[in-house]
Amino acid sequence: MCFINLISLRKSSFFQQNAQNAFKVRLSIKTALGDNAYAWDANEEYLFKAMVAFAMRRYSSKSTTQISDVLLCNVTDRVSFWFVVTDSSQNMTTVPGSVVEAAIRMNRNRINSAFLLSDKTLQFLKITSTLSPPVEPSTPVWLIVFGVVLCLIVAGIVFLVVAGIQQRKKKNKESTERENLEEKGEVTVTVENGIPCEALDLKAGHINGVFAADDERFTSL
Amino acid sequence: GFLIPYFIMLIAEGMPLLYLELAVGQRMRRGSIGAWKIISPYLCGVGVASVIVSFFLSMYYNVINAWAFWYLFHSFQDPLPWATCPLNSNRTGYEDECEKTSSTQYFWYRQTLNISPSLEASGNVQWEQALCLTLAWLVVYLCILRGTESTGKLEQLSNPKTWISAATQIFFSLGLGFGSLIAFASYNEPTNNCERHAIIVSLINSTTSIFASIVTFSIYGFKATFNYESCINKVILLLLNAFDLEEGSLTADNLNEMKDYLMATHPQEYAQLSPQLKNCSLEAELDTAVQGTGLAFIVYSEAIKNMEVPQLYSVLYFVMLLMLGIGSMLGNTAAILTPLTDSRVIATRFPKEVISGVVCFINCVIGLIFTMEAGNYWFDIFNDYAATLSLLLIVLVETIAVCYIYGIRRFEKDLYTMIGRKPNWYWKIMWAFASPLLIISLFIFYLTDYILTGTLQYQAWDATQGQLVTKDYPSYALAVIGLLVAASTMCIPLGALVTFIRKRLKRE
Repeated sequence: MCFINLISLRKSSFFQQNAQNAFKVRLSIKTALGDNAYAWDANEEYLFKAMVAFAMRRYSSKSTTQISDVLLCNVTDRVSFWFVVTDSSQNMTTVPGSVVEAAIRMNRNRINSAFLLSDKTLQFLKITSTLSPPVEPSTPVWLIVFGVVLCLIVAGIVFLVVAGIQQRKKKNKESTERENLEEKGEVTVTVENGIPCEALDLKAGHINGVFAADDERFTSL
Repeated sequence: GFLIPYFIMLIAEGMPLLYLELAVGQRMRRGSIGAWKIISPYLCGVGVASVIVSFFLSMYYNVINAWAFWYLFHSFQDPLPWATCPLNSNRTGYEDECEKTSSTQYFWYRQTLNISPSLEASGNVQWEQALCLTLAWLVVYLCILRGTESTGKLEQLSNPKTWISAATQIFFSLGLGFGSLIAFASYNEPTNNCERHAIIVSLINSTTSIFASIVTFSIYGFKATFNYESCINKVILLLLNAFDLEEGSLTADNLNEMKDYLMATHPQEYAQLSPQLKNCSLEAELDTAVQGTGLAFIVYSEAIKNMEVPQLYSVLYFVMLLMLGIGSMLGNTAAILTPLTDSRVIATRFPKEVISGVVCFINCVIGLIFTMEAGNYWFDIFNDYAATLSLLLIVLVETIAVCYIYGIRRFEKDLYTMIGRKPNWYWKIMWAFASPLLIISLFIFYLTDYILTGTLQYQAWDATQGQLVTKDYPSYALAVIGLLVAASTMCIPLGALVTFIRKRLKRE
C-alpha cells in the first residue's frame, strides 16, 4: 500500500490498523453529470481533502485536522481511491475509522453537494447511507378515498331501495282506491277479460307475429 | 400471426353465435332457462348450465373490480406507490424482494395480493382486499337495482354502446354462452334489429380488442427492453467497479469483447466475479411472461409510472377498467337474476331488491376466498377452468338445438317477423355447419390437451427469487377443478334426463 511510503512504520499491527482506518471512495462523475462532467484532477483531490478535514472539524470541536492530514492513495481511472486521516498532534497515527465514519455520515450532504454528486454516485464503500423514508400521512390516502366512494354508493342504494318501496306502496294504494271507486260505480274502468286496461303492460306482452307484421293488409277505417 | 385465427374465429363463431343468442332472447322474451325450454323441453339443462357458469363467473370476476378499485384509490398519491421500492427495516437499502424484481411487480404480488408461496399455504383474509371486494359488490348491487327493468328505460339497452361496454373485456369478450346475452335481449323490443346489432357489436368488440392488445404488447416490449438494458448496465457497473476501469469505457456494444479481454488479463479476479455476471438476453426477457390477470395490472401500471402526470393517467385507466369490469358483472348478474325473477315461485314471494341483494351477498361471501393470501391461485383455477370447456359445450348445444331441433326454417320465420328480413345464406351456413364443426374440433383439441399434459400445473410466486415458478396442483385443487367443469356440463344431459323421466311418469 502506498501509505507505507508516507508514514513511518510505528507498530507491528500498523498494516491492519491502517486497513481498518482507511476508506475506499468511488465516484461516478460521468453517470451523475453526463456532459457536464468535470475531470478528476489534483484540484478536485484538494477539495476532497478539504471536505474531509471540514467534516472532522465539524464533527468534533476539539479536532484540529488539517488538509495535509488527509492522505489520498491509489487513484484509478474509475475514479476510486483510498484515503486515511492522520492525527498530526499525535505523531502521525491514523484516526480511528469509527470516528471518521461518524464524521462523514454527519456531513454527507455537504460533501455530496460540494462535488455535485449524490449518495449513489459518491460512494464511501464501508459507510452505508441511510435512505430517507417516504413521507407517509397519518391515515393512508386510499382509505380516505375508499370512505368517500363507499358513502356515496351506500347513499345511492338506500335512496333507490326507499324509492322502490314508496313506489310500490303508492301502486297498492292506487289499486285499492280504484277498487273502492269501482264498487261505488263512480269510475268507469275499461276492462278486458276482467283485467283493467291500465294494469296491462302492453309492451311486455307477447306480440303475435302473424298479426303484428302486416298492418297494411287490413283496410283502414 | 395471431390475427388470422382471430379473424377466422370472429367470422365463423363470434358473429353468428352472437346473432343467434340475441335473436333467441329477443324472440322468446325470456332469460336463458325459459328461452331454451320453449325451443325444446329437453333443453332446460342448457339454460341451467348457462346460469351455473354465470354464477361461477360472477363469483370470481368481481375480484378484478376489487383490484381495480384498490389501484384506483392508490392513484391519489405522489409518487405513485408502485413507482419506487419501499425501504428495508434498517433503511440502508430497498426491500430484498423488491430488489430482485421490479417495483410494479412487488406492489402487485406483495402489497396488493400479499401472495403466499403456494396454493396449500392459505393464509389469512386480507382485510383491505375484502373491503374493496365489498365495495365492488355494492356498486354492482346499485347498478342492478335500477338496471335491467322490464318496463320502459329500454333505450340504453337497445343502444349498441351499452352492449360494447358489457362485451369488451379481456376474457370471453363476446360473452357467448353465459346466458347474459339472452337475458339482455329478452328485454329488447321484439322488432329490434338484432342482426345489425350483432354485426356492429362483434366488429367493434374485435377492433377494441385488437387495439387493446396492440397497446399491451407494445408496453410489454418496452418493459422487456427496459429490463434488458438495466441488466446490461448492472453488469457494466459490476465490471467497472471490480477492475477500476474508466467510466464510459464499457458500453453495451463492446461488452463482450471487454469481458473476454478481462478474462484473459485478470483471470483470478474474473473467476471470482463470474457467478454474479448474468448473461442478459432480450429473448429471455420477452419469454418471462407475466401470467393471467396480473398482466393487466403490472404492465399498465409500469407504463403509467413513466408518464408525465402519472396520477391523472392512472385514475383514468383504472376508472375505464372499472367501467368495463362493472359492465361485464352486470351482464353476468343479469344472466343469473333474470331466470330467478322470471320464475313465479321466487318472484311472487320476494321483491326484486331482496333477490338481487341475496345473490350479491352470497357471491361476496364466497368471493372472500379470493382475498386470502393464496386467493390468486384459486382465482386462476376459476379463471382457467370454470368457463372454458362448459362454454364450448353450451354454445355447441345451443347452435345444434336452434338449427336442428327447433328447425332453421322456423327460426328464419321468427327472424322475419322480428326484423322484417330473412337471414341470408352466410348466417345459415354458419349456424348449420361451420360453427358446430369448429366448436367440436376446439372441444376435441382441449380434451386431448388436458389428457396429454398429465397433471395440471400452476405458476406460483417465489418471494426469494422474485419470479414465478411452476408447481403441481394438490389433489383437492384437482377435485375442485373437476367439480367446476362437471357442475355445468352435467346439467345438460341431466336436464334432458329429468324431462324424459317426467314425461314418462305423466304418461303412466
